Amino acid sequence: MSIQIGFLHSLIRPEEKMLLKEFQSRDGVEVAMIDDRKVVYNLGKDSFPFDVVLERCINHSRALHALRLFECAGIRCVNSAKVASICGDKIMTSIALQEHKVPQPEVRIAFTEESTLQAIEGMGYPVVLKPAVGSWGRLLSKVNDRDAAETVLEHKVTLGSYHHSIFYIQKYIDKKGRDIRSFVVGEECVAAIYRYSEHWITNTARGGTAENCPLADELKELSVRAARAVGGGIVAVDIFETNDGLLVNEVNYTMEFRNSIGPTGVNIPQRIVDYVLRVAKGQIRG
Amino acid sequence: MAECPICGGTVNLGEDTVEGELIACADCGAELEVTGVNPLTLAEAPKEEEDWGE
Repeated sequence: MSIQIGFLHSLIRPEEKMLLKEFQSRDGVEVAMIDDRKVVYNLGKDSFPFDVVLERCINHSRALHALRLFECAGIRCVNSAKVASICGDKIMTSIALQEHKVPQPEVRIAFTEESTLQAIEGMGYPVVLKPAVGSWGRLLSKVNDRDAAETVLEHKVTLGSYHHSIFYIQKYIDKKGRDIRSFVVGEECVAAIYRYSEHWITNTARGGTAENCPLADELKELSVRAARAVGGGIVAVDIFETNDGLLVNEVNYTMEFRNSIGPTGVNIPQRIVDYVLRVAKGQIRG
Repeated sequence: MAECPICGGTVNLGEDTVEGELIACADCGAELEVTGVNPLTLAEAPKEEEDWGE
């Protein structure tokens, strides 16, 4: 009896291709492709022949709802809809980190221009305004003074959808040119990279470069604590180094790793597939 | 081999190409999606949306 993997995707990027190759290298594993642009759910009547669904969507909104629908049909998912709902929203992530006492930069949340300006003035400049939902460093605003704050807030309220009037304000951390991204699979931090950039946004999707980051105990422990806080599974944790220790910036649930295998020497897709197969066999909860 | 729908250039793809794969045209740099593998067909890739990411 082979293991049936539902591979939920939209576009096939290098990460998805590496994962598919890894699945194909395993005996007794069959992969069914589920394109989120084509799938239709029949609520309450669906019966899917999968032991597990691995989510690799590019849209957060589709991923979140698709995962919940698969779970409703009794299918185990990696990651779970709960993890997607927390990691896909920076406010929910910060709440989860706070509730699990995982250190993070100072964060304030407000819902109007006036209260947000008040919050920013209370924190002191600079701060970073982030959309609650968004990735790859898009629409992040480093706000250095009151003039900039007023301008950015007016633009967001006037030009953005209602999502952009929920203001997530994070104290700006001087990263001195780099931050850390660690990769957690289950209960283990398997690899980490330094992300270098002369720009204050260090995402490799924005041109940052990657270098291996040794897995010190503090880093491993914090990474696993952050992963547990959002519900576990397979996540990438973005971390700032500060004089007061490491702080968790964000946790990503459909992690990209194409630029991290070379520098770390860790076969990340292999580790992911190992984990997904253990979930499929019921050896871990996922 | 397939034709780039943007510039008309020739796009060479490996045997392991899969449907839905995101590739770049070597001539014009356009992001393309493999919409079929037998026969090989290409289309301009979807534009980035607000909730795209990790």
